[in-house]
Amino acid sequence: MKSIEELKKIREQTLKNINLRKEDGGDTTRIVVGMATCGIAAGARPVLAACVDEVSKRSLAHVSVTQTGCIGVCRLEPIVEIFVPGEEKVTYVKMDEEKARRVIHEHIVNHKVVTELTIGANE
Amino acid sequence: MELVRSHILVCAGTGCHSSKSDDIIENLNKWIAEEKMDKEARVIKTGCFGICALGPIVVVYPEGAFYSRVKPSDAEEIVKEHIVKGRLVTRLLYDETKKAESISSINDTNFYKHQMRIALRNCGIINPEYIDEYIAFEGYSALARALTEQTPQEIIDILTKSGLRGRGGAGFPTGRKWQFAHDAPGDIKYVACNADEGDPGAFMDRSVLEGDPHSVVEAMILAGYAIGANQGYVYIRAEYPIAVERLRIAIKQAKEYGFLGDNIFGTGFQFDLEIRLGAGAFVCGEETALITSIEGNRGEPRPRPPFPAVKGLFGKPTLLNNVETYANIPWILQNGWEAFDKIGTEKSKGTKIFALGGKIVNTGLVEVPMGTTLRTVVEDIGGGCPGGKKFKAAQTGGPSGGCIPASHIDTPIDYESLAAIGSMMGSGGLIIMDEDNCMVDIARYFLDFTVEESCGKCTPCRIGTKRMCQLLDKIVEGHGTMEDISLLEDLCGHLAQNSLCALGQTAPNPVLSTLHYFRDEYEAHVREKRCPAGICKNLLTYSINDKCIGCTACVRVCPTGAISGKVKEKHVIDPAKCIKCNACMEKCKFSAIEKG
Ligand SMILES: Cc1cc2nc3c(=O)[nH]c(=O)nc-3n(C[C@H](O)[C@H](O)[C@H](O)COP(=O)(O)O)c2cc1C
Repeated sequence: MKSIEELKKIREQTLKNINLRKEDGGDTTRIVVGMATCGIAAGARPVLAACVDEVSKRSLAHVSVTQTGCIGVCRLEPIVEIFVPGEEKVTYVKMDEEKARRVIHEHIVNHKVVTELTIGANE
Repeated sequence: MELVRSHILVCAGTGCHSSKSDDIIENLNKWIAEEKMDKEARVIKTGCFGICALGPIVVVYPEGAFYSRVKPSDAEEIVKEHIVKGRLVTRLLYDETKKAESISSINDTNFYKHQMRIALRNCGIINPEYIDEYIAFEGYSALARALTEQTPQEIIDILTKSGLRGRGGAGFPTGRKWQFAHDAPGDIKYVACNADEGDPGAFMDRSVLEGDPHSVVEAMILAGYAIGANQGYVYIRAEYPIAVERLRIAIKQAKEYGFLGDNIFGTGFQFDLEIRLGAGAFVCGEETALITSIEGNRGEPRPRPPFPAVKGLFGKPTLLNNVETYANIPWILQNGWEAFDKIGTEKSKGTKIFALGGKIVNTGLVEVPMGTTLRTVVEDIGGGCPGGKKFKAAQTGGPSGGCIPASHIDTPIDYESLAAIGSMMGSGGLIIMDEDNCMVDIARYFLDFTVEESCGKCTPCRIGTKRMCQLLDKIVEGHGTMEDISLLEDLCGHLAQNSLCALGQTAPNPVLSTLHYFRDEYEAHVREKRCPAGICKNLLTYSINDKCIGCTACVRVCPTGAISGKVKEKHVIDPAKCIKCNACMEKCKFSAIEKG
């Protein structure tokens, strides 16, 4: 350890990994993946893995990836819901890995809802 | 370390460790592998969450699900339900956090919402055996800044202005102590850490070292820089194997990262840290005894002055602080003295950790802002006395401290307020007593402890504690006289004035304070040969009242055959044979047994 920069680098790298343990001050964006039997059968697990990977690659702070049970519209699985604090939740349906990465990029990073993938556009 | 979506934190403090948290970790890992979740979830061992009564504790993030009383066999369900399916294991959730479908934050529960964690800031959050996690939460940034941007005097000034006082018991202003050590002439100086923690029932320092050892390591390096020392020692009792091990790991990692050793942060400053194990004698927590013990001698105190800051280890100026004192320091330097000064009361700044024990529902570790009332700690955080019993008194400061009776439950906890009512802040042991505790018996217990722990070097303490204990024995056995009580008071004065170190000087405190607040109990033992709380065996007689229906249940449990009577008729106890074991009273379903 020679410099403060080195220290900072370790801090930033590790922080990325343990951010999910910080008490969220209500400013955490949550990515929730439906992981009931229906979701898993439709391919939710790779979607979830893609979400985690994308969040990690982009070093997104204040973003957590969690899972939930059956949301009730099993025919539209895999389902991913995005909760941005202070905004309406957005439900994305028939997801795959590629779509998940796109949603993270456009919705979470650029704050633009990907309308064509939402439940409204697919019903 | 790769990013995963879920962290399972398992408490690996001494309390949870002894209720098998190691096996929980092993099983969790096994099931995670089995369910192929190893890319998604990781098990992390961490330090004390504080609520030891409900241990072992497991917390799953990012939901923050707080599982209590977890058994190794529960690991399967936690992995299969929570991690794989995302469903909470409701039956393990801490009651207060249960909501219909989701959970509320653990920080909103009664146990946590009155607390404020500074010294324990990382406990239960980071993995104490992994230096990167400490760094992630701002660790070693205070050191980096101090070495590269601040002068030793600037550091000392920040501490002085923060108002931090020693957490080891005496409450001496830390900044002033650092200033003395800084100003003391000499090329060779030492930094030492008091991790002896001999107060019975106290485990604050152990938990800090188990949960966040780097905070103490960082503070000691800072101390070395501030006073001009290149060598530090942590004196810790060998009875704390987990804390010793974590500290060893922390020192090793700090060396690897170059925070210890030569040329720290390229500034030319050099500092090393070593551990010295103590054998667990109370007197070795006293600073001069601790210093002789580190030097390899028998742990006995010596008169002060000279104070260690002038003449300490190996005759050189030495700065000695307590573990919790150190743990506050990186926080103060990161957040500024103003932030610390805002917390607490006028003369007692910051927070204090207490080890809550005795007759209390939530046995555990709590950190509260100075000035919090005893009522908040006992009733809100502690959950009151078990079984709806009445709170009678709290003992702070252990064998050197005094009791606070229920009538003073609204006293704010700070150095001055506690001293004003004859108690003391102490190092943080907080023993709660309910209506079933006999205060004479409590005083006798503490004197028994000091008799054992007196090092024997000075006569007032060696013989005085013994005599006091004998007088208390006499009283609890029912042979005491009123003269014995005044003799006891006399001895208290002698010990306080004439003992060599604070062990003897403060040994009378438990007697003085119980005499002050519960004199009637002493007099009941002496004049009426009666123990009002029903504890002192010699003064108890058991008898059977008219509620007895002659079920003979008591006859069958009595180990000495002291109870006789015909079936369906009232029974009697032969006092000559009764050994007062209480077995009959526990067995009787009709409240027919009385003691008094
Ligand atoms: C009998 C006796 C036992 C003590 N035990 C401890 C102890 O276990 N831990 C501790 O930090 N201080 C203990 N002290 C207080 C130390 O002498 C000293 O005041 C303290 O370590 C200074 O650190 P501080 O200024 O950070 O509180 C004890 C004092 C006496 C008289």
